[in-house]
Amino acid sequence: MSATATKWLGGMAACMLLAAGFTTTAAAQGTGSATIDAVRQRGEVRCGVSGQTAGFSLPDSQGVMRGLDADSCRWVAAAALGDANKVKFVPTTPQNRFTALQSGEIDVLIRSTTWTLGREGNLGLMFAWVNYYDGTGFLVKKSLGVKAAKEMDGATICVQPGTSTELAIADFYRVNNIKWTPILIAEVAEIQAAFISGRCDAYSTDASALATFRATQGEKKDDYILLPDIISKEPLGVMVRKGDDKWFDLVRWTFIAAVTAEELGVTSKNIDTFAESKIPEIRRLLGLEGELGKALAVDQKFGANIIRQVGNFAEVWDRNITPMGVPRGINNLWTKGGLQYAPPMR
Amino acid sequence: MSGSSGTPVRAQERVQGRAMPKRKIRLHWSDPTLRSIFWQVLIVGAVVGIVWYLVDNTNRNLAARRIATGFDFLGRVAGIPIGESLLPYDPAKDTYGKALIIGVLNTLRVAVIGIIISTLLGTLIGIGRLSRNWLLAKITAVYVEVMRDIPLLLHLLFWYSLLQGLPGPRNALRIGDGVFVSNRGIELPALVWETAHSWALFTFLLGCVVSYGLARRAAKQQADTGVRPQTWPLTLVLLLVAPIAVWFAQGAPFVIEWPVLRGFNFQGGNKISPEYGALLIGLVIYTSGFIAEIVRSGIQSVPRGQWEAAGALGLHHGTVLRRIILPQALRVIIPPMTSQYLNLTKNSSLAVAIGYQDVVSIANTVLNQTGQAIEGIAYIMAVYLTISLSISLFMNWYNARVALVER
Repeated sequence: MSATATKWLGGMAACMLLAAGFTTTAAAQGTGSATIDAVRQRGEVRCGVSGQTAGFSLPDSQGVMRGLDADSCRWVAAAALGDANKVKFVPTTPQNRFTALQSGEIDVLIRSTTWTLGREGNLGLMFAWVNYYDGTGFLVKKSLGVKAAKEMDGATICVQPGTSTELAIADFYRVNNIKWTPILIAEVAEIQAAFISGRCDAYSTDASALATFRATQGEKKDDYILLPDIISKEPLGVMVRKGDDKWFDLVRWTFIAAVTAEELGVTSKNIDTFAESKIPEIRRLLGLEGELGKALAVDQKFGANIIRQVGNFAEVWDRNITPMGVPRGINNLWTKGGLQYAPPMR
Repeated sequence: MSGSSGTPVRAQERVQGRAMPKRKIRLHWSDPTLRSIFWQVLIVGAVVGIVWYLVDNTNRNLAARRIATGFDFLGRVAGIPIGESLLPYDPAKDTYGKALIIGVLNTLRVAVIGIIISTLLGTLIGIGRLSRNWLLAKITAVYVEVMRDIPLLLHLLFWYSLLQGLPGPRNALRIGDGVFVSNRGIELPALVWETAHSWALFTFLLGCVVSYGLARRAAKQQADTGVRPQTWPLTLVLLLVAPIAVWFAQGAPFVIEWPVLRGFNFQGGNKISPEYGALLIGLVIYTSGFIAEIVRSGIQSVPRGQWEAAGALGLHHGTVLRRIILPQALRVIIPPMTSQYLNLTKNSSLAVAIGYQDVVSIANTVLNQTGQAIEGIAYIMAVYLTISLSISLFMNWYNARVALVER
């Protein structure tokens, strides 16, 4: 294919894919951030989630999106608009999630997406914060009699295509010189059905998702075991588009505020008792002094809003992840042996 | 809008052109030539302008969003696993380019086999619907009406879950020597391929070409003289004796590799995966319903008189169908059949739903890992365009061959 033909074809595809999303690039005045202005004007934050993962984002019986990722979206809405309910949850798949963010269909992507150099370097996207430190694990049937990932020579493993998981497994078995057969199915429901029916010996994805999948199997959950091997680092992050630093700052400091609140012991229950607090860190977090909100081009009380309306990091964790039987582990605060560490808010 | 006004103008001009001498173009709106040139330039300009705007806008926005562009990624090591492949593939060494080629081969593998089987099955069912046997006619009618009314995706999911319901590899059903059926697919014994087999195959293919030439010559001789020379002994030698002789000359190697249950799964032998099986079954059953109707309507388009005339000559039903009706019906059958072949090929992209790694599945994974959506989609479009145009070209050629030549 000649270079011109290639470019032309690329252009044609581009027309169909992206033209719609790219038509509005006019730099608005106001806050100096096109995304914040658009969110304000629209009155809601469009947040890309999975919508299929228990504990992260899954609608409950009332149709309300529940989970760590869902509440993360609410934090952003509380900070940007002062109302945690002004979120539109946009279900995305591993395959369309980046395009959705690049094209402007969503403002922020919170979908168990691993922070990697390739994604940040090539995709025109950046990671604002890590809301879950995870790793690739394996779920197998107990009847298989397997105790470790290295015992699975010749095994068939179900994986979602287009994920960092499939690369991690390929690397792991390459290093250990083990043969395996991948079954790659895009739909989570289909992949889980294939695993349950025995089409594959193991189901591999982030250990968090495996634990929540196992937890939702009811009576049968004891038929499945999670292998002890965690074969990769999967920091699951919150992504925004490059080129809008103000929006990036707001999203990042929203999460830092939630972690800071946990560090300082401020929760949605006791927040009102801190109204007269003398501690400067708490006063700054709640917007009682300083001009942190102004620096982020949002309401002075954004910290108080996210805590009051959604909760601090520990509350959100306990509400969504603890019921799945997953220990906090490395996701704990740094003071308790974990990795969540909030830079100073001043 | 302008195209419709341009055509009659030109037609009119052509008619005038024969009658009148060439005259100068007047620089006035009433001049038809000038008007048509104006419209042509306007349309071409508009098309070029729109394409240029879209390409330029995309490139500028991609640059503004710092999204990588270009096809450099094709040369990078892929690292993505691929379940089944006709070529040896190692994610640690092979490139994205090779992964995408494997995707095309996987698509062709299901499309070609699917087209062949659904043509055979569809033709049989189409003829079955016209059968004088009441039971056969009704069963085939029900088949057609049911199968083509179910959306293809449901077909695929149904067959896939059915194949997943088979017992696991440790309790696999043993159908014969070395043939096992389990939820991991169908295991078949495989012939260990050696150079002797390649030579024998080559001899056989050579024999086919020569036999075809012989048959052509014999047909010509028959047309000229009315006597057809006997060719079958030589054909037999060419097609059967010669390849076997070559195989023996090379030492007659014949080693069968049996599938053996080892560890989690069967090792060795040939395997038909449930993903491929479900996709093929789904596509064939769905498409053959449509093909059956095309064949039936084609046959019914041949006037009744042809049947009666042939019957009056004392030919029996099968001969009439084969030698008189079908050759005429083909002229009606082929154009819609081409559409069905194109449909089957494009429908194979639903493979994504059941985890068969066709070109769409692999290109999707590649574009997701590299982040280059535009290039990935362009690749998929180019592949389907090439395959579809190839099918169209072939079928048009075949259609021209069987079409009634009128003078």
